Amino acid sequence: MGLLSDPSRRKVLTGLLTRLNTPICIVCYLAGIVWFMGLAFEPFTLRTYMSENAMGSTMVSSGERALSLAKEFDAHKRQAYDGMPVEWLVKAMQSRGLEVFTQSFSRKLPFPDENKERYMVRGTNVYGILRAPRAPRTEALVISAPCSPGDSNNQAVGLLLALAQYFRNQVYWAKDIIFLVNEHDLMGTQAWLEAYHHTNITGMEYSPLQGRAGSIQAALSLELSSDVITSLDLILEGLNGQLPNLDLANLFYAFCQKLGVLCTIQGKLQRNDWDTAEGYTHAAQTMMLMVLKQACGRSWGDHGLFLRYHIEAASVRGINSFRHYKTDAATIGRLLEGMVRKLNNLLERLHQSYFFYLLPSLSRFVSIGCYMLAFGLLVVILLLRALDLWVHLGAPALAAVEGVTEAQQPSGPGVLTVLTPVVISHLTGVALYLLPVHLQEMAVEHFPVSETEAVVLTAVAIYTAGLALPHNTQRLLSGEGTEQGWKVLKLTALLYLAVLLGCTALINFSLGFILAVTLVPITASMTPHMPKALSALVMVLLSPAFTVLYCVFIYQELIEAPVSVSEGWMLFLSVISQGILDHALYGSLVYPLLALFIYPCWLMFWNILFWS
Amino acid sequence: MAAPLTLLLIVAVTIRAVLFRSSWAELISERVEVVSPLNAWKRVVEGLALLDLGVSPYSGDVFHETPFMIYLFHFVVDYAEIVFMIADGITAVALYLSIQTYNKNVFRKQKYALESDRYPADCLELLRSPKEMFYIPLKVAMFYLLNPFTILSCVAKSTCGLNNAIIALFILCTLKGSALLSGILLALATYQSIYPLTLFAPALLFFLQRLYIPVNLRRSSFWFFTLQYAFIYVGSLVVITGLSFFLLGSWDFIPSVYGFIFSVPDLTPNIGLFWYFFAEMFEHFRLFFICVFQINVFFYTIPLSIKLKEHPVFLIFMQIAIISIFKSYPTVGDVALYMAFLPAWSHLYRFLRNIFLVSCVLLACSALFPVLWHLWIYAGSANSNFYYAITLLFNFGQILLVSDYFYAYLRREHHLTHGLYLKKKDGTEATLVLK
Repeated sequence: MGLLSDPSRRKVLTGLLTRLNTPICIVCYLAGIVWFMGLAFEPFTLRTYMSENAMGSTMVSSGERALSLAKEFDAHKRQAYDGMPVEWLVKAMQSRGLEVFTQSFSRKLPFPDENKERYMVRGTNVYGILRAPRAPRTEALVISAPCSPGDSNNQAVGLLLALAQYFRNQVYWAKDIIFLVNEHDLMGTQAWLEAYHHTNITGMEYSPLQGRAGSIQAALSLELSSDVITSLDLILEGLNGQLPNLDLANLFYAFCQKLGVLCTIQGKLQRNDWDTAEGYTHAAQTMMLMVLKQACGRSWGDHGLFLRYHIEAASVRGINSFRHYKTDAATIGRLLEGMVRKLNNLLERLHQSYFFYLLPSLSRFVSIGCYMLAFGLLVVILLLRALDLWVHLGAPALAAVEGVTEAQQPSGPGVLTVLTPVVISHLTGVALYLLPVHLQEMAVEHFPVSETEAVVLTAVAIYTAGLALPHNTQRLLSGEGTEQGWKVLKLTALLYLAVLLGCTALINFSLGFILAVTLVPITASMTPHMPKALSALVMVLLSPAFTVLYCVFIYQELIEAPVSVSEGWMLFLSVISQGILDHALYGSLVYPLLALFIYPCWLMFWNILFWS
Repeated sequence: MAAPLTLLLIVAVTIRAVLFRSSWAELISERVEVVSPLNAWKRVVEGLALLDLGVSPYSGDVFHETPFMIYLFHFVVDYAEIVFMIADGITAVALYLSIQTYNKNVFRKQKYALESDRYPADCLELLRSPKEMFYIPLKVAMFYLLNPFTILSCVAKSTCGLNNAIIALFILCTLKGSALLSGILLALATYQSIYPLTLFAPALLFFLQRLYIPVNLRRSSFWFFTLQYAFIYVGSLVVITGLSFFLLGSWDFIPSVYGFIFSVPDLTPNIGLFWYFFAEMFEHFRLFFICVFQINVFFYTIPLSIKLKEHPVFLIFMQIAIISIFKSYPTVGDVALYMAFLPAWSHLYRFLRNIFLVSCVLLACSALFPVLWHLWIYAGSANSNFYYAITLLFNFGQILLVSDYFYAYLRREHHLTHGLYLKKKDGTEATLVLK
C-alpha cells in the first residue's frame, strides 16, 4: 500500500507515466503484437498431454459394413428427393437393436439464407439410444452425423450405423450412447439439444423428445464424404468462440498417432522443423486460422452447439486429397471406437485440462496465461491514456496535494456534452442492430433487391450513416464543445472500450484481440487537433466493419484460396448476413456485440475527432 | 427544491416500472450479486406459501427473513412491486432530508467558527459555500435512486431495499434529533439484519454532541443519556423480538435468521468475502474463522468512534460502508446505500488520491461479475477462482474508496485547524500521510 498512500512516490510514478506516456504506449503495442506472433514459436509453447487419468490405455475393431450401409443410405436419400430417408433410418437403427425416436422441427428464418438456400426449414432428426448394460442410465455420449443434401456425408451416416451395430454387441458400455442423424446441419442439432434440455432460447418450433438418456458428457460429430480418406481434420471452434476441453483434442491426437492416421487441425498438417522460417510460418498460419475462426463466433461444425450445454464436443472431418496414403473406413471406425471407449471410461466430466487455449499444431498449445499477456499489453495502453487524460483533467485535484491551485468544479457543464454523444452513438447502434431485419420488407418494396441483400445493405447503409453523426450531435448541443468536453468524453470512451474489450477477450479471446489490434491505435491517439482528412481516413480504415473485411481477406489468404477485391466484397456481405443469421438462429453474440457496443464506442471516438 | 425531487422520483419509478414489466426482471432476480439467500424474493414467496399452509416458514432451510417481513408481505404480496418502489422512494427522500439537515448544521457550525475566528487565514478556500451545498441533497437522492445497483436490487425485489429504507429513516430521525424514534428504528434495523447494531455508537455520539454533553466517562450526564438511549434501543429490540414470538408462536426464527447470518451455512457465491474462504476451509477451523470474519464488522467501530467522535455523521457513513463490505451476505443493494452518501462529501474531492483507480476497479468489476459467472456456471470453462478473484478486487476497490474518504476527511479537518500550507520543521513543504 506504500505506493498508494505515499504522496511523493505517487507523484514520481504519475509524473513518469504522463511524461513517457506515448513511448510506453508504443512499446506496449509493439510488445503485444510481437508476443502474440511469438506464441506460435515452438519453444514458447507447451506440448499437449493427457490430463485425465480415466482415459488410460484400452484398445480395440469394425467397419467393412460401413461402406455398404453408406451406399444403401445414399440410395434411400435419393428416393426421398434429397431429404432425409426417415423410415429407412428408423428401420436400420431398430434392426441394430437401438431404441429409435424421431423429432420434427420447423423454423422460419428471419430472412432467406442465400448460402444454404433455405428460408422455411422443416426437418426431422432421427436418433437411436443404445442403453448401457453396465451402469444406471444417468450419463450419455452422443455420436452425431449431419444428413446433408447431395452426395456429401453419406459415409458418415454409414459409419454411424456400422458403429451402432458393433457397439450393440459389446458389454462394456457404462454410458448410454446416442446415435443422432440430424437434418439441416446446425438447425437440427439446435432443435434436438433444446428439446433434450427443455429450453427454448431461439424460438424454434420442435416436437418434444420421446426418449431420453442421462446427462450428456461428450459428443462427437462426424463429417465424412468419401469411401477412403487421406487425413482427418479436427474442428474445435464452437459457438461464440467456445472451445471444448483440450483433453478431447489430446484424445483424438493420441488415437491418430496410434493408428497411424494423418491428422490435421485447420486443415494443416503438423511440421517438425520448428527452427526453420517455413516451420514457424506454418505454425503461425495454423494459429492465425484458429484465431480468425474463433473470432467470428460461429459454430464451425455440429459440435459447436453442444458446448453451450456444457458438453465437450468436437467435429471430425474426413479429407480426401491427392496423397498416396489412404485410410479406409475400418480404420476410422476403430479410431472412433477407441475414442468413445475412452470417453465411456470417464468418471466425471472432462475438466482436468485447459479450456482456454490456442493450437499452433495438434501437439502444441498455448494456454490462457501466455496469450492473455498479449491482450493485456494492448489494453493497458487504453488505461495509460485514460490515466494521462485524468491527470491533465484533474490538475486541480492533483495540485491540491501540494495545496497550491484553487479547486475547480470538474465536469459541471460537461455532463450534458458527454452524455449526448454517448446516447446518440448507442441509439445508432440500436438502429444498426434492429433495423436491418425489421425493415427488409420495406426495402424490398422500394428497391430492386432480394431480402438478404436488403438486410445486408441496410446494415451497411446505417453503418455509413452513423459517420454523419458528429454533425448532428453538435447541432443538438447548445454551446461550443470545450477543450475539457472532449477530454471527458475521451476518458469515458477509453474506459468503456477497455472494459468492453476485457469482457470480450475473456469470453472469446480471439475476437477481443483482433478488435484490440485495430481499435487501440486509433482510439489511443485520437484528438480533435489532428489533421481532419487524414485521421478520418485512418479511423474509417480501422473501423470495426473494415476489420471484418480484412479478416475475410486474411482468412481466404490463409486457406490458400485468395480472392479478388470484388469477390472479397461479396464474401464480406455474406459474412454479415451469416452473422445476423447466426445471432437469430443460434444465439451467437458477435453481431449484437459489434452493433450495440463496439460500433457505438468507435462512434464516440469519431465524435471526438470532429469535436468543435 | 421539491419539484426536482418529484421529477427524480417519477423518473426513478418509471425506470423501475419498465424493468419490472420487461423480460429482464426474471434474469436480474436470479443474479447472485443482486440477491442473497437472506433477501431473495423467491424465498419470501416460499415462506409465504409455507405460512399459508400452516407450516412454520422456518421449518425448511429456505426462508431467512424476519417474522415482521413475512407478515408485511402476507398482506401486500400482490403489490410487492409497488412496495419495493415505495421503499426506494422513502430511502431517497429520507436521505435527502437528512443530508439537508446535516448541511444546515455544518453550515451553522462553520459560521460560528468563522465569526469566532477559529479558522486559519489560508483555509478560507476549504470552507463550504451555500451555493455548492444547495444541490447536494438532491444529488444524494439521485445517487441512490438512479444508481444501477439500487435499480437492479429493486427490480430483483430484494428485501435489501426495505432494510435500506429502515436505515435511512433511522438516519433521518437521528439527524432530526428524535432519540426515541431513532432508538426504535435502530432496533428495527438491528432486528432485520443485526449488523446495524454498530450504528448505535455514531447515533449516541450525535445526540451527545447535539445536547452539548461531553464524552466524559466521569460525568453523570453522559451516563444518564447513554443509559437512556441504550434503554430505548434495547427495550424496543426486546419488544420487537417478543412481538415476533407472539406472531409465530415459536422462537424458530432466532436460529433461522440470526444463526444463519452469523454461522454462514449457505456458501452460494456472492460479492462478499465469506463464501470462497469457507468453502475451501477445513471444517475444524470453521468456528475460529467465523469469529475472525464476523469480528471484522464490529471491531472497527471502536477505533473509528474514537477517531471520529466529533463527526458522527461521517462515522455513520463509514459504518454503513464497513457493514456492506464485511457482512456475511452482501449484495449490491448494500453497496448502493453507502454510495448514496458520496455527494455529501464532494468537498473532499480535492484530497482524494485514488479515486481514478477506485472508479476503474469498481466499474471493471461490475462488468466482469456477470461475464465470469457466465464462464464459470454456463460455459464451464472458467472456475470459481476466476469469480472470487473479481470479488476480491471489488472489495479491494471498496476498501480503498472508504479509506480514501476517511483520509480525506481527517486531512481536511487537520487543515482547518492547522492551516492549509503546512511546513516541515526545516521549512520545506509538508504532506500529510495516513499511518
